[in-house]
Amino acid sequence: MSRSRLTPGVLVVAVAALVAVVCVATLLGAAELGWDRVVAEVWAQLTGGVSPLSEREAAIVWQVRVPRVLLAGLVGAALAVSGAAFQGVFRNPLADPYLLGAAAGAGLAATLVVIAAPGVTGWVVGPLPLAAFAGALGGVGLTWALGRSAGGGTAVLLLSGVAVAAFLTAVQTFAQQLDTDTIKQVYTWMLGGLNTSGWHEVLLTLPYLAVAAVVLCLCARLLDVLALGDEEAASLGVRPGRVRLVVLLAASLATAAAVAVSGLIGFVGIVVPHVVRLLAGSGHRVVVPLSLVGGAVFLIVCDQVARTVVAPAELPLGVITACTGAPFFAAVLRRYRGRVR
Amino acid sequence: MTGLRLRDVAAGYGGAPVVAGVTVDVPAGSWLAVVGPNGAGKSTLLKAVAGLVRHTGVLELGGRAAAGMSARERARAIGYAPQVAVVPDGMVVADYVLLGRTPHLDPLAREGARDRAVVADVLDRLDLGHLAGRELRTLSGGERQRAVLGRVLAQQTPVLLLDEPTTGLDIGHAQSLLELVDRLRAEDGTTVVSTLHDLVFAAQYAERLLLVDRGEPVAQGTPAQVLTAATVARHYGAAVEVVHTSTGHPAVVPARLPHSG
Repeated sequence: MSRSRLTPGVLVVAVAALVAVVCVATLLGAAELGWDRVVAEVWAQLTGGVSPLSEREAAIVWQVRVPRVLLAGLVGAALAVSGAAFQGVFRNPLADPYLLGAAAGAGLAATLVVIAAPGVTGWVVGPLPLAAFAGALGGVGLTWALGRSAGGGTAVLLLSGVAVAAFLTAVQTFAQQLDTDTIKQVYTWMLGGLNTSGWHEVLLTLPYLAVAAVVLCLCARLLDVLALGDEEAASLGVRPGRVRLVVLLAASLATAAAVAVSGLIGFVGIVVPHVVRLLAGSGHRVVVPLSLVGGAVFLIVCDQVARTVVAPAELPLGVITACTGAPFFAAVLRRYRGRVR
Repeated sequence: MTGLRLRDVAAGYGGAPVVAGVTVDVPAGSWLAVVGPNGAGKSTLLKAVAGLVRHTGVLELGGRAAAGMSARERARAIGYAPQVAVVPDGMVVADYVLLGRTPHLDPLAREGARDRAVVADVLDRLDLGHLAGRELRTLSGGERQRAVLGRVLAQQTPVLLLDEPTTGLDIGHAQSLLELVDRLRAEDGTTVVSTLHDLVFAAQYAERLLLVDRGEPVAQGTPAQVLTAATVARHYGAAVEVVHTSTGHPAVVPARLPHSG
């Protein structure tokens, strides 16, 4: 049996799971609207009928819940597909989207913005997400430049990432020490969360993810070739450095967009691609598209837990992803004992 | 017709060249074995021909200068099997062999029916059909070497470069792999260039040998011309006798000197 290509059946199951999760997450929320009334509202919107919801309740559905669910899906898809791409490029199962300094760069930039403009508390698309986006790309760019100047290659790039992340994190820690009042705000951001304000973040994230998703799906077969190592890939007429550049650029764009609207959500980028590999196959034409779908499903579920368990308060999303993801991952690892070396 | 032509080729990894001054013609459909002691530059020479290591000098493939070829064109002209191939986790034999079709595909295209037919044919010829669905890492050494050969054959190139194809194989598996390569060469008219540690095998399978020592070509010719006791002693630092098999092939065997004390 070939495990390198996506069969239609598997894709249908994955997409059906995504649709189901989106529906459930839209129907259930912190505000007790009643799932039947939300269904009636959606029906009314589709058919032009009369909705049982008040205007305020309808706004909760359309301006709070739906964009939040979609944003969770986009961020989860972005992190998971980037993780799959990073693991493919570095041929390392522990690679994650934050490996090349995206997290450290975003963290430093966010900290600086919080210190410089303490009045900005929010998750509105303001200075903080913009800074995080720029910081994430800046961190990756710095790593790439350092790696190139040191001769290129995956090992050099990985070590450059370690150096850049250590340095940027140290600067961030120093900046925080200078202004301890900001620690809580920075820390909250780092734990990750999806406090949306309507559709803004969804529309901002979507183009980056769309571009990255298309590029990574197109490059999936080339990632399989890269799995042979640089030398053998080159002997097949593929230029490994060029493929790496394109893939990492696309994955980093998606990661930066996700970090900008959600802070640092760990674990998604590692756990989702591995679960996909174990369940459906390890070829990149399976792992890349299914990580997109799987990441969306996983983060929507996690965000659902984060916003309903202690409603009306919220738990940090990064905590939930680790708390639900780690045992699930452990169970999958045990179930497929022997498949992972 | 020449399959492969090298004129004063030098290659290395930046800095002083690892191997230099190589001039050799390999007629189409013949087998050249590159022999020499460890670290002589045999693998580097092969990689240079494959376009994986920078080189100077002139290199022609089927009468065409390699310098003017794109990476993909070169990959359609030369198949290269490394000494120790990387075995990707979770990849099955059929998918691995299918990767050999890469030079024939547009970078972002997917494989078609023709590529699958080529792979099915290659698996059949290498007697790998029953292993098509097996993960590479579950294969034995001999099966794995055949899978690597399968990937290279799926490239359908007129020239095959094999770096120590018998590494890690016992005498029986080594022999059957070399027989397989020789059969393919005869059937397809493929030009084969291989490095070979084992001088007995080299003499039996290659039509010509190129002996490299410390980055310099020091002898080339038929096995009988190159494999003399004096030449082997000089370049390998080994005490040997050259005997002849019943088929007339020279066989270099180590000669243990009696203890003087």
